[in-house]
Amino acid sequence: MASAPEEAPDLTAAAQAAQAEVPPELVAQTFGEYARAYVSRVRNGGAGVLPVVVGLIAIMVVFEVISPRHVFLSAGNLVNLFEQSSVFMVLAMAETFALLLGEIDLSVGYVGACGAVIAVQLVQPVTTNWPWWAAIAAALAFCAAVGAVQGTIITRLGIPSFIVTLAGFLIFNGVMLILLLLGPFSGFPNLGAPSPNVQVLYNLMAGTIDPTVSWIAMAAIVFGLGAILWFSDQRRRRSGLVAPPVSLTLIKIALIAGAGIVVVAISDINRANFGTLAGVPWVVPIVLGVLGAWTILLERTQFGRYVYAIGGNPEAARRAGINLALIRTIAFALCSMTAGIGLLLYASYIGGMSNNVQGGQLVLFAVAAAVIGGTSLFGGRGKVIHGVLGGLVIGGIYNGMYLQGLDVQRIFIVTGLVLLAAVTIDSLSRRAASSGTATRV
Amino acid sequence: MAQLTADSPPATEPLLKVRGLEKHFGAVQALYAVDLDLPAGQVTALCGDNGAGKSVLIKCISGVYQADHGHIFWEGQPVHIHNTRDAARLGVETVYQDLALCDNLDIVQNMFLGRELLRRRLLDEDEMERRAAKTLAGLRVTTVRSIRQPVASLSGGQRQSVAVAKAVMWNSKLVIMDEPTAALGVNQTRMVLDLLKRLRDRGLAVVVISHNLNDVFEVADRIAVLYLGRMVIQDKAAAFDRQKVVEYMTTGGMSRSGGQAAS
Repeated sequence: MASAPEEAPDLTAAAQAAQAEVPPELVAQTFGEYARAYVSRVRNGGAGVLPVVVGLIAIMVVFEVISPRHVFLSAGNLVNLFEQSSVFMVLAMAETFALLLGEIDLSVGYVGACGAVIAVQLVQPVTTNWPWWAAIAAALAFCAAVGAVQGTIITRLGIPSFIVTLAGFLIFNGVMLILLLLGPFSGFPNLGAPSPNVQVLYNLMAGTIDPTVSWIAMAAIVFGLGAILWFSDQRRRRSGLVAPPVSLTLIKIALIAGAGIVVVAISDINRANFGTLAGVPWVVPIVLGVLGAWTILLERTQFGRYVYAIGGNPEAARRAGINLALIRTIAFALCSMTAGIGLLLYASYIGGMSNNVQGGQLVLFAVAAAVIGGTSLFGGRGKVIHGVLGGLVIGGIYNGMYLQGLDVQRIFIVTGLVLLAAVTIDSLSRRAASSGTATRV
Repeated sequence: MAQLTADSPPATEPLLKVRGLEKHFGAVQALYAVDLDLPAGQVTALCGDNGAGKSVLIKCISGVYQADHGHIFWEGQPVHIHNTRDAARLGVETVYQDLALCDNLDIVQNMFLGRELLRRRLLDEDEMERRAAKTLAGLRVTTVRSIRQPVASLSGGQRQSVAVAKAVMWNSKLVIMDEPTAALGVNQTRMVLDLLKRLRDRGLAVVVISHNLNDVFEVADRIAVLYLGRMVIQDKAAAFDRQKVVEYMTTGGMSRSGGQAAS
């Protein structure tokens, strides 16, 4: 591919591309150099989460200015916004497993919905009356099994994931409708029963945590994360390994602490029109838990390393002795299982399950959220946190336009345009970054 | 997988010896009773026209293919190489023509791909980075800015160096390189040839498949020529000139004496 005449221009272009793709902490050890390296990287298209963070801030500013009585940034609306976004976030984190492999899973909406229906049905006191934890475990086990079967068909039979999961999308739409009709609930099993067991599921989304407990838990999390960051960076600096400057480590810890304090403080403001409604909703630790667990899995374990390797170059992964079929199947199982968590949150938000679940729309928003957040559609590039940030963008647009009283058709159009913009920015910046190295790709 | 015995091989014994290797695919005979000696501390260039059987021969050695007949001796002992893991256990590593690197992973991650070091079941990035840095420093690959940069940002020669470093990191004794300079420019070819010489100076046996006779004559200590599945000659590089190699490659040495010369 690289012929001799192309060699000369390639050298300079490759140097620029190198600058674009090297994370700044790798080439600079002081803060000033780090900042300059980062600016150069952003200008060359390797901006990481920067575009989506800027987009989020823009969404906040615009909707706060134009929303009636400036309610967009009120405590009540922010908590509501996070709750609305959480389903997109968790589904986007699920989809990340498939996207990193260079695959797609179109079935997450209805497979997750089947799991949610199973959980809601199993806790009904008038029928099975399972304890909530067993119902959730059964739901997630069902989703994981479905994912494993789909993954097996995709890997062992070599059928494209697009087709297999499109079939899954239809199949589990039907299965969900059948499951809904079980029991004496006329197709609408709900979480309205007053038993504490059922209320656990009902409170997954909006049940509040006592302010004292949330402050203590937040402090513990910030302290723990901060300590891990500090000591690992410190150890790397001491042993002469590639490490960010001390100031950057401190800034990261300060940002984590700041975010924690803001979230808990906003949640503890009374957001009820009448009476009292305050405290961090349960959905916050649930989303953070999924984010933390999957980030560790994908970035700190062999399994995660292999997922990235398969997404980057499956042939190289195969020659390195990696069991491609096994890793892919596990990834699809984890994708479907995470989708189950997302739809459990959905059921909690709605207060039950019904045939109103828009499984197709949820899938599209999940993929859109992951891509808007910065995960590549072509495999090998992306992070779990991208799904959370992209989910917030979609949730923010939805919520902001809803406050304006805009109808659903306009919300769809705007969300679609944002997705198109995100993919275009991603594609253009990648082209800018790789224009000089095209001979290698 | 025969285990190596304790007694060391005689000094003259080649690291790897192939005797009477035959391989066919269906009706097509790819290798006819091939003999090959690969001594430690020497670069052996494997030459031959397209379809001569070069790739099949090295794939039999690296465990990708299984030979139909013939024997492979490792340090004088007969061994059976059933797959690439057997080969890796002996100390045979192959650098493929396409390098088999993941562009989205960094240098350290690529070098340890499939053989990651773990600490408390999590990836031990610090130790992997230290060892990768040591290997790269040992090969004097200093042009990379940081071993934490993604492979996508490297030049062709740097990528080749990473692939070689990946191969030699595991105490390998025999490194097989398939067309290492085919896609490289002048400077990068120089870089890779220097790297090859350093491997030889460290006492490794190196096999290079190359079509480029400039490269062959620059680095090779020994030259072996395959012609239509037969080993037509192998000897010290000094015993050849360009004309002679080309003749053996294209005619199998019909116009000369033919047969095999001892090394």
